[in-house]
Amino acid sequence: MGKENLDLSDTIEMVKQVAISIIDSEPLLTDADRNLGDGDHGLGMERGMKAVIEKIESSSFNQISDVFKSAGMAMMSSMGGASGALFGTLFRNGGKALDGKETLNSEGLKSFLNAANEGVKSRGGASPGDKTMIDALEPAAQKASENISLPLYELISLVSQAADKGKEESKDMIATMGRAKTLGERSLGHPDAGACSVAIILKSMSEFINQ
Amino acid sequence: MKKLINDPLKVADELLDGLVEAYDGQCKKVGTRSIIKNEIADNKVALLVGGGAGHEPIYHGLVGVNLADGAACGDIFAAPPPDIVLEATEAVDRGNGVLYLYGNYAGDVMNFDIGAELSSDSGINVSTVLITDDVCSAPPENKGDRRGIAGLVLIVKLAGAASQSVSDLKDLERIAKLAVLHTRSVGVSMAPGSIPATGKPTFEIDENLIGLGMGIHGEPGVSEIPMTTADDLTPKMLDLIIEDFINDTEIEELSKGDEILLLVNSLGATTMMECLICLRKAKEYLNEKGIVVYDTAVGPYVTCQEMSGISFSITKLNDELKKYWDMPCESICYTKL
Repeated sequence: MGKENLDLSDTIEMVKQVAISIIDSEPLLTDADRNLGDGDHGLGMERGMKAVIEKIESSSFNQISDVFKSAGMAMMSSMGGASGALFGTLFRNGGKALDGKETLNSEGLKSFLNAANEGVKSRGGASPGDKTMIDALEPAAQKASENISLPLYELISLVSQAADKGKEESKDMIATMGRAKTLGERSLGHPDAGACSVAIILKSMSEFINQ
Repeated sequence: MKKLINDPLKVADELLDGLVEAYDGQCKKVGTRSIIKNEIADNKVALLVGGGAGHEPIYHGLVGVNLADGAACGDIFAAPPPDIVLEATEAVDRGNGVLYLYGNYAGDVMNFDIGAELSSDSGINVSTVLITDDVCSAPPENKGDRRGIAGLVLIVKLAGAASQSVSDLKDLERIAKLAVLHTRSVGVSMAPGSIPATGKPTFEIDENLIGLGMGIHGEPGVSEIPMTTADDLTPKMLDLIIEDFINDTEIEELSKGDEILLLVNSLGATTMMECLICLRKAKEYLNEKGIVVYDTAVGPYVTCQEMSGISFSITKLNDELKKYWDMPCESICYTKL
């Protein structure tokens, strides 16, 4: 039986799990980015998530929103570049939407994902179909909004599947943003590396909540 | 590539330490990777520049007397993260606002924007003006999308001078925007630089071709043309700038009697000899058109390691900009007596 809500210490554990999953996926992410970008996404995400673990282990938190916001800041300052800003924004804006909440439930997950999605879209200027992380994040946020009555463990499972489906669909998209845009149609057939990262993050959250 | 470095991951930090030494007491390092002037007057509207390292002497070399008050420095070819932008902002703020002035690249814009939000959260008033002088990177009707290249030296010089006398942030923002509107550049590349950590070239170009309008990181330009002479290439490049002043409805074209600033920039490997030969031709070509070169600057200001290439930048002066140009300034990158 999965969890219906996460308290502060669950949230801290979950974010650590997410960080470990990304670190373990470094070779996969590096490969994904080598096909389309300059091949540094995996190493950047690994560096960012190591900083997240360090930050979380050395800090004390009063509320769940602070855990996500600190993780976002740790990613931004350690990764630099556009991906640091975008993944940092995902966690920071998502976290802000949970200000004052004592636990993370289905309603909270919906708020987190929608705020994260809006934040990343406005920061990076991408729309669905541009072959970016938005192609995994937006369907995840929509799925959460549509199924808000489900308990958290069922909702996160659906959300994770939606992100994975979006990541797979990014294979059929032509890149229009970032370094991959000069590839044009040659970008077909490969998933976007940022979308892969979003799918891994949400899968890891789902595994933690359902364990 | 033989490079005199130590740990490739410490290149940005070590060059910044060296830069502070080169400033010999005028500037200091603050926080993780920011450099600021030792003396910034109370109530001064502050000017902050910044960007990735590896393009020295900009941006951190533009901190100085009547120039920028500080710079937020990123890693090699990477934007400074938001916490560095914040630390630099806090260090230069004297209670009267901070203007961010930097080149229009996606990573820089995202990180400086978050830095601006963090600064606002700590009560600092921040505005941003993007440098968009590269005419080959977007048509005039989308000139806000253009990249920032060597014209930034002229723009930061003008804004730095203005920052000494303006009373509020709005006014400095207005003057910086005016300097951007009046400044246009065109660059060419002949061979790539290399990434210090890996030794890999930053882009590829055929041995016998010149990338006309190509960006300083190898971004595509207007076309690739056969390698040619200085005297053949120089008018072609200047024509692209002159045409841009004609095609842009927001500014008057360059006419007989107009006064301009002319900057000839080497991307790194192109020698002063080559730059001077091009400068001589540029002056001759502009003279024929009756355009008056009020002042010139020539040298490696905006580089990309040992990249081979050159750019021309022109600022069309008006009375206000001329007044700010005439002020002396001093920094590692650019000094005017």
